[in-house]
Amino acid sequence: MSDIKYSAEHEWIQDNGDGTVLIGITDFAQQQLGDLVFVELPELGTEINKGEEISVVESVKAASELFAPVDGTIIEVNEALEEEPELINEDAMANWIVKVKLSDPSDLDDLMDEDAYNELTEE
Amino acid sequence: MQSSNQITLKQTPLYSLHQELGAKLVPFAGYLMPVQYPLGIKKEHLHTRQKAGLFDVSHMGQVRLTGKNVATALEALVPVDIVDLPKMQQRYALFTNEQGGVMDDLMVTNAGDYLFLVVNAACKAQDIAHLQKHLADQCEIDVLDDRALLALQGPLAGEVLAKFAPESAEMIFMSAKTLLVNGIECFVTRSGYTGEDGFEISVANREAEGLARALLADDAVEMIGLGARDSLRLEAGLCLYGHDLENDTSPVEASLLWALSKSRRADGVRPGGYIGAEVIMAQMANGVSRKRIGLKPLGKMPVRDGAEVVDDQDNIIGFVTSGGFSVTLNCPVAMGYVQTEFAQVGTKLQALVRNKKVPLEVVKLPFVKQNYYRG
Repeated sequence: MSDIKYSAEHEWIQDNGDGTVLIGITDFAQQQLGDLVFVELPELGTEINKGEEISVVESVKAASELFAPVDGTIIEVNEALEEEPELINEDAMANWIVKVKLSDPSDLDDLMDEDAYNELTEE
Repeated sequence: MQSSNQITLKQTPLYSLHQELGAKLVPFAGYLMPVQYPLGIKKEHLHTRQKAGLFDVSHMGQVRLTGKNVATALEALVPVDIVDLPKMQQRYALFTNEQGGVMDDLMVTNAGDYLFLVVNAACKAQDIAHLQKHLADQCEIDVLDDRALLALQGPLAGEVLAKFAPESAEMIFMSAKTLLVNGIECFVTRSGYTGEDGFEISVANREAEGLARALLADDAVEMIGLGARDSLRLEAGLCLYGHDLENDTSPVEASLLWALSKSRRADGVRPGGYIGAEVIMAQMANGVSRKRIGLKPLGKMPVRDGAEVVDDQDNIIGFVTSGGFSVTLNCPVAMGYVQTEFAQVGTKLQALVRNKKVPLEVVKLPFVKQNYYRG
């Protein structure tokens, strides 16, 4: 079982255990956004810094930024989302958006576990 | 956070039905309104294009003008032929200002004994004050706060309504009739804001929920939120006041020449005579420097309201006023204003979205063919 953490920006971060993580948006975020029609994927090799915009997910009604929850480098993007952004609506936890090589694996320690995240969304 | 808003926000007579149906309710023009239901905007949108959608648009203003010369009186505020509007016919109109801009767009129906107006929710207070200021000495102005407004829209809307009120089948696009729908007295027009055939149904507040439940009991009908209403009207190329129409956009700039009645034009039988007529008639004679046009972004990225439009020299030559995703066509669509020399269909332009350039092409409106019932 892999280790999944959460950010206050409603992203999930799956630790692959090899210095890389997969990042997606949570089911809560997916429900808030509604039907997605476009996911803007970053270029491979992009250096990302915590808090910076790395992607934009757009619903019929609005655009929402995805902010980097960790420092690192984009090493893979989920290209299936280019044609089928609705995959995220169908299963947000199974459809990652970017794969990131961590600059500092201790960044993960600052993120929330599932209980803390659930508490946040129940507020 | 939301609960403090809810205290000051108004509710429509269908509020508890929206809650029961699991609507996501958001503040809109002072009301707590359903933006979507559990079906979601995409499916709600497609359902309306394929079958029939029921919308609660009770937040809109309904006004009755009564008086001997009420049609003549209203013509002082709109560049539209009201005097010769046949009985039980509806017409699209615009309240203009001194600068020739649009204060609001509205629907006017000649109901026989009175004129029935439907105005935008966000402009309601302003419009009523405007009517009172200019018409109070000539007619009686009644704000119909005691009435709800439902819209039944889609290719099966006619078939559905005819089951409840067979006489509705005789109605054609932009006609009106008082009907008993499931035993409930309604004032119905065959019109709407989706580009589809359909009806807008004015009904007493206390009867609104019963009527909505009766219509929803039909298999073809789903409740549809304001999210899909917006994506449907954008596909149909229809203006949204506050976005595509503003106080500083004229009907000529907004490509709404069709709404300016022949009888009120320079060579008509009752030329001008409305607020801002000099400006608007001069624009009709001499042309305008910018125009509302359809824009088709190439690729998948939506281009939204507020995005600047540039030419190939990077000069800003316009801006987007409505933009989103066409669920029917499965691609982004937009409308906006550009300098007239760039308004020709086929012109290639670019929009600035998050510091990136998105290629656009000027296209004909509507994006999706209007499907009105003309008999």
